[in-house]
Parts: sequence; C-alpha cells; structure tokens
Amino acid sequence: MREWVPTLLRGLLLVVLLAFLLSPGSFEPLLKPLVQPNAPAIYNQGSLLSLTLLHLRTVFIATLAATIIAVLLAILVTRPFGAEFLALSRSLVNIGQTFPPVAVLALAVPAVGFGEKPTLIALFLYGLLPIFENTLTALTNLPRSVMEAARGSGMTPFQRLLQVELPLSLPIIVAGVRLSVVISLATATIGSTVAAKTLGEVIIAGLQSNNLAFVLQGGLIVGALAVLIYDGLSAVEAMIARRTGTA
Amino acid sequence: MRVRFDKLGFVIALLAAYGALWSSFATLKPNRIVQGQAEAMLQSLPVWAGWSLAGLLVAATAAALFRTSPWIKLLAAVAALAALTLAIGYAATFLTPAGNTYARVSPASGFWILLFAFALLAADAITRLEPPPGMRVLFLILAAVGVGALLVSGSWNGLSIMKEYSGRADVFWVEAGKHVELALGSLFAAVLVGLPLGILCHRVTPLRDGVLNTLNLVQTIPSIALFGLLIAPLGWVAAHMPGAAAIGIRGIGVAPAFVALFLYSLLPVVANTVVGLAGVPRAANDAARGIGMTGRQRLFKVEFPLALPVILTAIRIVLVQNIGMATIAALIGGGGFGVFVFQGIGQTAMDLVLLGAVPTVALAFASAVVLDALIEMNSRVPNGARSA
Repeated sequence: MREWVPTLLRGLLLVVLLAFLLSPGSFEPLLKPLVQPNAPAIYNQGSLLSLTLLHLRTVFIATLAATIIAVLLAILVTRPFGAEFLALSRSLVNIGQTFPPVAVLALAVPAVGFGEKPTLIALFLYGLLPIFENTLTALTNLPRSVMEAARGSGMTPFQRLLQVELPLSLPIIVAGVRLSVVISLATATIGSTVAAKTLGEVIIAGLQSNNLAFVLQGGLIVGALAVLIYDGLSAVEAMIARRTGTA
Repeated sequence: MRVRFDKLGFVIALLAAYGALWSSFATLKPNRIVQGQAEAMLQSLPVWAGWSLAGLLVAATAAALFRTSPWIKLLAAVAALAALTLAIGYAATFLTPAGNTYARVSPASGFWILLFAFALLAADAITRLEPPPGMRVLFLILAAVGVGALLVSGSWNGLSIMKEYSGRADVFWVEAGKHVELALGSLFAAVLVGLPLGILCHRVTPLRDGVLNTLNLVQTIPSIALFGLLIAPLGWVAAHMPGAAAIGIRGIGVAPAFVALFLYSLLPVVANTVVGLAGVPRAANDAARGIGMTGRQRLFKVEFPLALPVILTAIRIVLVQNIGMATIAALIGGGGFGVFVFQGIGQTAMDLVLLGAVPTVALAFASAVVLDALIEMNSRVPNGARSA
C-alpha cells in the first residue's frame, strides 16, 4: 500500500462520521433495509451528536483523571521514598486487570448510585492500569548512561525527573493512554446499563426493540471514534518519539 | 535492635483505622431493595465477638506496621481476613431480628475497606515471598478451600447475598455452567483457529498486516454492539440452513455471544503467535535445519516450544477477558453470571448484583493466577536455551 492510502482512509472515515452525526437523516436509505417496515432506521430518542459528545466527555474526564493519578503513582514508586511499594504495585496492577469492567461498574452502583458516576469510576479504575503499567515500564527502563550523565551534570533529582526521565518516557506513557482510551470508549457503552448517557443507549435501545439499525449505528460510531483516536494518539506518540530521539 | 517501620504498614493501618472506626460494618435492611441502617463494627456483633475481632485486627495491623518476616505478615493477613469473613456472617445472624424473613444484612463500606486493607497486606507479603509458581497455585487452592468451607459450613447463610443465592440455587449453577462454557468454549475455538492462522501469517508475510488490521478493527467495536450485530446473521443462518437450528444456532442466546467472544479472542491469539514465532532465534532454526529436521519437525519441536510462553500469555489475556465479557452475554439472552448482574441492576437489588459479580471476579482472578503460574513454568526452559 502506498503511504498516503491509510491517511486518506482515515480522512474519509472522519468525514463520513461527521456527516452521519450532523445529518443522520440523510443516511436513512442505507439503514432502512435492516429494520422492519414501520420501525425507525435512525435513532429517534435523542440526538446522536449530543450522545456522542457526552460519550467522549465521559471518556475524556475518566482518562484525564486516570492519567494524572497513574503517572503520579508511577513516579512515586520509582523514587527512593516509594521503592518499597514497587513490587506490590506491580502485582496490584496484575490483579486489577482481572476485574471485569461490568463487575466494576455494577459494584460501583451501590456506592454512588445510578448515572454517570459509576461509569466514570469504572472507566477511571480500568483506565489506570495500562497507563500505570506503561509509565512504570518507561521509568524503570531508562538508558543507564543518560541517567548517569544527568546525575553527573549536577541535576537535582527533581530536575532529572522533569527534564530527563519524563520527556524520555513520554512516548510510552502516551501509548498507555492510547490503550486506555480505546478500552474506555468501548466500556463506556456498558455504562448505559446503569443509566449513563453514552452511545450505549442507542445500542441497548436497539437490542430491546430488536432494531438492528440502532445497534449498528451505535456500534459503528464507537468503533470509528476508537479507530480515529487510536490513530491520532499513535501519530502524537511518533511525533514525540522523533523529537526526543527515542524512536 | 532498632525497631523499623514499614511504609506500606502505615497505609494499611490508616485504611484499617478508617474502616473499623469511621465506617459502618454491616447494613440491616427491612427488605431486599430499600435503604438500610448501617451499624458500626462493635454494634454489629455480640460484645465478646466484637472486641475479639477488634483485638485481632489491632494485632494484625501491628504486624503490618513493623518490619518483620513476610511469613508473619502473611499469617497476620490471613488471620485478619478469616476473622473478618467469619464476623460478617456472624453479624448477619446477630443483627437479623428473630423470625423476620424479610430483613437482609449486607456488608457495609467498613467491611469492604477492612477486607481491602488486609488483602493488600496479604498481596504485599506474597509479593515479597516471591513464591514459585507451584506455591502460588497452592495458595490459591488453600484460599478456595477456605471460602468453600465457609460456604458449606453455612456461617454466611444469614447474609443477604446468600439469601439471594438460596432462592435461585438451581439457576445459579446453570448460569455458572453457561458462563464457563462461553468463556472456555470461545477460547478453545479461538486457539483452534488462531494458532494455524498465526502460523500462516508468520510464514506468509503479505497476509500478516491485513489479518492483524482486520482483527484490530473488530476489537474497536464495543462488545454489546457486536453481540447485537451477530443476532441478525445468525438468525438468518438458523432459518435458512437445514440443521443449524438443531445444533443450537439461534439469533439470540448463546450463539451470538459465543461468536462475538470468539472474534474478540482471535486478535490476541493470532498476534501473539506471530510475535512468538518471530522471536524464535535464527540460530535455533538454523541448527534445527542443520541437523536435518523437516519443516514440520522444526515447527513442533523447535519453533512452537520456544514461542509457547508468548502464546500462553495470549491465552491468559483471552481467558480473563472472556470471563469478564461473558457477563454481557446476558443482555442478549446468552446467560451467564451477567443474568444476576443485570437483573440486580434492574431491580436495584445490589446483593443480586454481587451474586453475579463476585463469582465472575473470583473466576477471572483464579484463572489469571493459574495461567500466570503455567506461563512461568514454561518460560524457564526456553529462557535457559536462549541464553546458551
């Protein structure tokens, strides 16, 4: 494949996605064959655009919080002060990843009630793990020579962290964020089973009324968002890696 | 000798203090769905039991606070966890008014915080012990036997979650069977198809990117949507293919759930097979060729054993993921523990949610421990061979 083909396909996907969100009605003939004659082919219990934005907002808030906490924790356990926690935090990450998202979501409901909050908690907890794991890997595998040079040039530990360790780790941290976002985008749809406003509403409405067109449009919007965000963050990652010379 | 403190011990002590002193231990509800009245630890238990539990927790916290042998810490953690689990069952019998069959007692936040604090202590002790894989599995078996004994002894029977269970014991085991069948069956199918596909992708390079990209795209579709999307094609197959309906293929139910889990499982299996085979050192392959091994012999005697740890890692990922995702199958009538989770959410009966969620988490956790042990046992030999 030529180099520009994937970029073109992504551009096309973005255009189609935006067109569908801004004017879902014009796609009706395409989806019509999927439904019974009298059933609506386009989701009619709310605006797809606003659900998409709410979906993205939920994922964004959860991922932002997860990134901040995960990076801070990873920094803490890689300092001499927190070294005691390093091994434990590794096993906790391993254990944490075995918790199914649905279970986390369901268990959060008794604590905080229905709506957006349990979804945010589940996405936050589930998003923490890949970011923490990647940050930890990056911070513990920095080239020894670079670290020694930084120490030798008289940098304080804090300067080393901000000017050497974090910039060098950034591409791997971004890769963790990318993984986390893709998982969260899909997991957020399950949030609608506990009454969160996400694109899951469209899918669940489709499942309940046996409307395949609803399921398809909900699923495809989330899938398209995931592909675009994944590729976007991959590009960011590559850019940072080029700039810091770690590529 | 100087007394030395353990930093994690402070975290555990703070958590335990918060859980024991400032949160409630158990909740008494007049019936299964209304808000209940929370009771503190010493109010939830008879005087002697409350104070013994408190004393034991203080002793275990002390073991956490000071730097001692991990074995002592593990022992303290296990003692505290056992006491907590016994106490919550006892609290249920103690708090329930005599003869009242509607009243429900559930663990409250303090119980969960205490459980988390001492589970943390146990996890830390086990991490420091660095047990060999066999011993980790042994720990798991001991824990399972302990929980099993508690369940059989009936000391939890007063708890709300067990009352939810006793009302639907038959259904519970049917759904448990379906859950395991879904998770394991789709894993088995994915390995059966994914391994040859991975080997093919490894051999035929032009195929690799196409296959992996397609499987990657499948992963981006949210699970509930994929479950839903498969309803239509499978319904069509059931209606138009003779014999399909007879072997259980239907639009809703187990079939679409099975196919969806299978599709999600393919990517890790295929990708890791490719990575594992690509990681086989060229020298090993050359040596095998040199001693006159055929292509097939090389695959089964050299490449495959060397790639096994990476492939097993994929199986671990897939199994844990499938156990979690199988809960969603309940939304399309596929059964599994998700039935209780979603019923519970629908009825706002949180103990019913727990009845579905707790076994799922336990199952996922246990399979992760077992497969991690398997991976470690299998990676010893190849690593030794690689360094030679």
